Amino acid sequence: MPKKKNLNKIIVIGSGPIVIGQAAEFDYAGSQACRSLKEEGLEVVLVNSNPATIMTDANIADRVYIEPLTVDFLTAIIEKERPDGLLATLGGQAGLNLAVQLAESGALEKYSVELLGTSIEAIKKAEDRELFKETMERIGEPIPESTIVEDIHGAIDFANKIGYPLIVRPAYTLGGTGGGIVNNEEELIETTLRGLKYSMIGQVLIERSIAGWKEIEYEVMRDGNDTCITICSMENFDPVGVHTGDSIVVAPTQTLNDHEYQLLRSASLKIIRALEIEGGCNIQFALDPKSDNYYVIEVNPRVSRSSALASKATGYPIAKVSVKIAIGYTLDEIVNAVTKKTKACFEPSVDYIVVKFPRWPFDKFVYADTTLGTQMKATGEVMSLDRCFEGAILKAVRSLEIGVNRLHMDKMDDWDNERIKKRLSRIDDERLFLIAEALRRGVATVEEIAEITKIDRWFIDKIKNITDMEVRLKKGEPLTAKTLREAKLIGLADKSISELTGTPVNEIRDMRKQFRILPVYKMVDTCAAEFEAMTPYYYSTYRGEVDEVEVSDKRKIVVLGSGPIRIGQGVEFDYCSVHSVWALREAGIEAIIINNNPETVSTDFDISDKLYFEPLTTEDVLNIIDKEHPDGVIVQFGGQTAINLAASLAAAGVKIFGTSVDNIDRAEDRERFDEMLTELGIPRPKGISVTNLDDAIRGAASIGYPVMVRPSYVLGGRAMEIVYNEEELRDYMSRAVKVTPDHPVLVDRYMQGTEVEVDAISDGVDVVIPGIMEHVERAGVHSGDSIAVYPPQTLPSKIIYTISDYTKRMALALNVKGLLNIQYVVADGRVYVIEVNPRSSRTVPFLSKVTNIKMVNVATRIALGATIKELGYYPGLVEPKPYVAVKAPVFSFAKMQDVDISLGPEMKSTGEVMGIDYHYARALYKAITGAGISIPKNGCILFTVADKDKEEMKQLAKAFSELGFKIVATEGTARALQSIGINAEIVGKVHQRSTDIIQMIKLGKIHMVVNTQAPGKHVAKDGFRIRRATVELGVPCFTSLDTAWEVMRVLSFMRDRRLVYSLAIQDYVGGGDALA
Amino acid sequence: MKGKLILADGTTFRGQLFGGSNATTEGEVVFNTGMTGYQEILTDPSYCRQIVTLTYPLIGNYGTAKQFNQSRKSFVGGLVIDELCEKPSSSSMQKTLSEFLTAEKIPCLYDVDTRALTKKIRSAGTMKGVIVSEYTSQNTINEMMALPIRKNVVEMVTTPVSYSIDAGKNALNVVTMDFGIKRNILDALRKLNCRVTVVPAKTTAEEILALKPDGIFLSNGPGDPKDVPDAIQTVKRLIGKRPIFGICLGHQILALAMGANTYKLKFGHRGSNQPVKNLETGKVAITSQNHGYAIELKSLKGLPVKVTHISLNDGTIEGLRHASLPISSVQYHPEAAPGPNDSVRLFDEFIDNMRSAKGV
Repeated sequence: MPKKKNLNKIIVIGSGPIVIGQAAEFDYAGSQACRSLKEEGLEVVLVNSNPATIMTDANIADRVYIEPLTVDFLTAIIEKERPDGLLATLGGQAGLNLAVQLAESGALEKYSVELLGTSIEAIKKAEDRELFKETMERIGEPIPESTIVEDIHGAIDFANKIGYPLIVRPAYTLGGTGGGIVNNEEELIETTLRGLKYSMIGQVLIERSIAGWKEIEYEVMRDGNDTCITICSMENFDPVGVHTGDSIVVAPTQTLNDHEYQLLRSASLKIIRALEIEGGCNIQFALDPKSDNYYVIEVNPRVSRSSALASKATGYPIAKVSVKIAIGYTLDEIVNAVTKKTKACFEPSVDYIVVKFPRWPFDKFVYADTTLGTQMKATGEVMSLDRCFEGAILKAVRSLEIGVNRLHMDKMDDWDNERIKKRLSRIDDERLFLIAEALRRGVATVEEIAEITKIDRWFIDKIKNITDMEVRLKKGEPLTAKTLREAKLIGLADKSISELTGTPVNEIRDMRKQFRILPVYKMVDTCAAEFEAMTPYYYSTYRGEVDEVEVSDKRKIVVLGSGPIRIGQGVEFDYCSVHSVWALREAGIEAIIINNNPETVSTDFDISDKLYFEPLTTEDVLNIIDKEHPDGVIVQFGGQTAINLAASLAAAGVKIFGTSVDNIDRAEDRERFDEMLTELGIPRPKGISVTNLDDAIRGAASIGYPVMVRPSYVLGGRAMEIVYNEEELRDYMSRAVKVTPDHPVLVDRYMQGTEVEVDAISDGVDVVIPGIMEHVERAGVHSGDSIAVYPPQTLPSKIIYTISDYTKRMALALNVKGLLNIQYVVADGRVYVIEVNPRSSRTVPFLSKVTNIKMVNVATRIALGATIKELGYYPGLVEPKPYVAVKAPVFSFAKMQDVDISLGPEMKSTGEVMGIDYHYARALYKAITGAGISIPKNGCILFTVADKDKEEMKQLAKAFSELGFKIVATEGTARALQSIGINAEIVGKVHQRSTDIIQMIKLGKIHMVVNTQAPGKHVAKDGFRIRRATVELGVPCFTSLDTAWEVMRVLSFMRDRRLVYSLAIQDYVGGGDALA
Repeated sequence: MKGKLILADGTTFRGQLFGGSNATTEGEVVFNTGMTGYQEILTDPSYCRQIVTLTYPLIGNYGTAKQFNQSRKSFVGGLVIDELCEKPSSSSMQKTLSEFLTAEKIPCLYDVDTRALTKKIRSAGTMKGVIVSEYTSQNTINEMMALPIRKNVVEMVTTPVSYSIDAGKNALNVVTMDFGIKRNILDALRKLNCRVTVVPAKTTAEEILALKPDGIFLSNGPGDPKDVPDAIQTVKRLIGKRPIFGICLGHQILALAMGANTYKLKFGHRGSNQPVKNLETGKVAITSQNHGYAIELKSLKGLPVKVTHISLNDGTIEGLRHASLPISSVQYHPEAAPGPNDSVRLFDEFIDNMRSAKGV
């Protein structure tokens, strides 16, 4: 069947901001979707609120709308663009939900838009628990006994009938929000109530828990002609009970025999047929390890995180093929992009093992509950490939960047055997390391561990192979060529071998070269070498003789990627890496990328000339460099991951294109940076670097409290705090950081001014500043958690001039060749420098989009030797555009129950959205709406603020009151308000029964909360509970008065204007429709 | 101990020899891309005397169990794999793969770069190879290499005597010519209530018809179909007498009997992921395959035979149907084991043919 003839213009919905449960995989899927639609000659309209993505680049779709993903905005865009078809199955759960809402609102029918791919009926059959259950029963596929409840009584009745443990899952949410396993009535009530709130349709499924069974997944495809294939099978290392997004996953399945494999494969095909899905689909099973019994756990009728993984794991482009199916092609009409000869209608056969490892944010959320369950907590993931499990799992661990290079955590060295053994039953982020420690010490046998953890003993045996090797090395076995070879075959890094044997790492490397103990690189080709493939997609292994990489004699450069998505280093850096690769290819240079994140565009094999799917460590990168002999490496686009490798690569003789390693160090090393600023006469907040507690106390006293404290070399404000007195400083120094002469702690004066951020490009002679961003929240809130506005709305021109001048002088002093990012604070009319990052930053994609300057492209060319003038840019600050763009942070607090949502110097957001408009207030409105905050137009606002904020709060409350809002406050605050004539209602503090604040929030009587925290780290429990209650009930809560002020201004401005107005990014940058 | 696989063109792949210095072997080297099902592959008689390499690098993870055997014993010449799993895990496991290899006396070379080997075969075509220990003399190697690839392999695998598998009431009587049948085919027929009489490959048409079959099944089996001329003659005499269904070698023998020609593929189709398009419905099924020969398309010209299925990978013939008689055959394995069960309904068609011929 050829493509559908009626289609000319298609609207694609993206997945919006990155949140836990919905990460960069949809940028990859959406970009692939848009590109393949364009390939077919179709006009593509894309809507996505996330500016950090490749998919929102103006060249990916004909019309790109960076607008909130709401029914109102989508309807307006559809009305304007009049597309023939809507494609929503590539936009994650967010996209799918929106498609359902658009269909239900009648918008699709009204504007004759065909929903492409899987139908609404099919989506509902897969997602609505009752319909799903009916369908499974009809085709005889077993599902665990379950019931759907809409209130707590139904849940209790069911539990009384079935017994515990039970699993609670809310219907229609992201990543299992609000669910969990419950063991008694109390837990059942709590989890069910939460689930009911999170479900879009107010339904919660309660079912028998089959925790401990094997969790198996299949990625399946079906076309309109009912041809079905499976792309990939996956086996979770962690048995049922841990969300698959939080599980270590291997592909293909390892412990299933052919009978079991085919049993579940046949079931998968039966299910996808029964659901009549057209496109890709993910099916999860629980398989009894002791019999053939299985249950179907879940079906995702769309491209998912697992399908991104399956795509990268096999080389099969699931998103692309799903799109072709959606526009009417059948699988046998689509060419296999890997072989270019065979068809997409086949099942990939792999000849390696893939390991996916989640990346959790517990390094940022130190107080979070680290146990894992049915609610996903990981922000990102890494993938690795090898010819054996041991090698693959160790590569995955190295890729995580959590400070470990093998299955060993230093802190466990201090734990006694008792503690190790006891902890084995705890399911958390460190369990793999704990198992290894138990095996290493011999405190538990493989059988015992398998029994306690329910992890298949096949995996435990493999881990033991690794620890056995470690024990041999540790015991002092001489490091002969034979032993070293064995250690490398088991996958241990040189650094690990060095740790275990005491032999310096460079000696190990030399020894490996001497004895030719080198990895070979194998290709990922979807077909286990059965056919000739064109994929330049490689992984390393020590288990092999023949290397398959054809090294060209072209000029070539390696771009280092940014690894897993984590708080502080998100999809923005993948965006930059991809653009750098494109710039190199444009310049006719062979671009080689090294990265390990399966969710991203950069690891799509047709982005670069060569993709090495490898850990980003010195050893792994140098092995590739030894093989490829590139002209050099570009490190400035891969975030801190890549920057951190610069020095060791340079030391090994690798050329670093762009800013020199010495100058990177000058920007990052506190003392050298201070020296430079002194020479330049540029002020920075007073501060010192200390290596012990006494110096810290003395220093802080001389600087004056409050002070900002943080370890040096930080990423995303890790462990950064504002302390207000000596007691807090002592507490911080003992709790949050390990201070040593090698790891000093920085103590800076905390200046409460306006924060300003600049991204600039320098060639060493000239500096061009594409734009300046002003933060809404005053300094003290991490820049990644602040609302940023381009161009600045309140800064006087004198300040802008000073900022431009400082930027230029610092860029030149550091001899920056490429990008740099600077954060300033403006206080009392003076500009201070907070920090300089000689690399691309979080704001580069945002700024590139709104200014229409290809910042990464320009920076890449400059790194290669071009000048700003040659490239046609005028030095200095670029004239600001006539529109306003607002970048707002997005948080995943709903997934992290013990995390305080209060904003501070530690970054907490997982993603971002953009609002763009000719009016500042509407741009802000769009950003806030896009961030998922629904601001009430009227109702009741609760004020509960710290004493220091009471004065300011009065004005704010007054303004809200004038807008018609009812104000409620706790007694003290209410009195203060009454004194200026605001009729504030008094509410009881937490636990003061009748009018308890929490109760009122729960009852829906409070529609917005403004809450600021009293200074000091000892978080008032009440405040914490109030803030958590707002998260759990989806009530907007602002913890900075600045944000609240802006919200008030938006409300005031938008009163008489229309809220929904949308324009494509191409129109803004092209200067089109300026009416609003 | 250290061992190696040497191909006819001299290419050598090193590994560990399982089973000691006596575990040497020679045969045609072929690869299978299935990721599961090593036991089914090792006991599929179609691999008789071949050295099989598995492209999946972790083999033996779930051990072996008697119920997965596809024939009375393993006939493979040798096994070449990467990692041989010594600590398998599966609740159904009875023996580890090593124990199985020992019991079945299958020489095995492991820790081999099987991807490199597969690429070699893919580009140069299947060829003779020998598995020897690192210490085997060059003379011995030369002698082994000089041995011709054995021709009459069907004779090694076919049942020496006829036997029957009983079924329930009103069962259809199927006579199966055993060229090296897989147990799962018998299971599939039995499940459809067929009383199956399995006869040796050398059984004559008269003997078969004397059994009063409702239908005749031609089984899979090893080697070149032209190596069993007697069977081709037998089938020729059966055409028009009873409904016939053939699988794999049976399909090739049937085609030769109808006057078509067969040829050797460069490296064959062996795996569980082979797409086959049904030309009558336009649908594609993923199939299990294991064949080194195929039917020549142009040789069908003028014959009363229609191509019903083709391989989506290379367009080769995967299924035939007689223009007027209830005779059909497929090149692939609808019975699965190993591999997908997508095509198991093909047996239904055979049953329907038998029923209509019988007039019930």
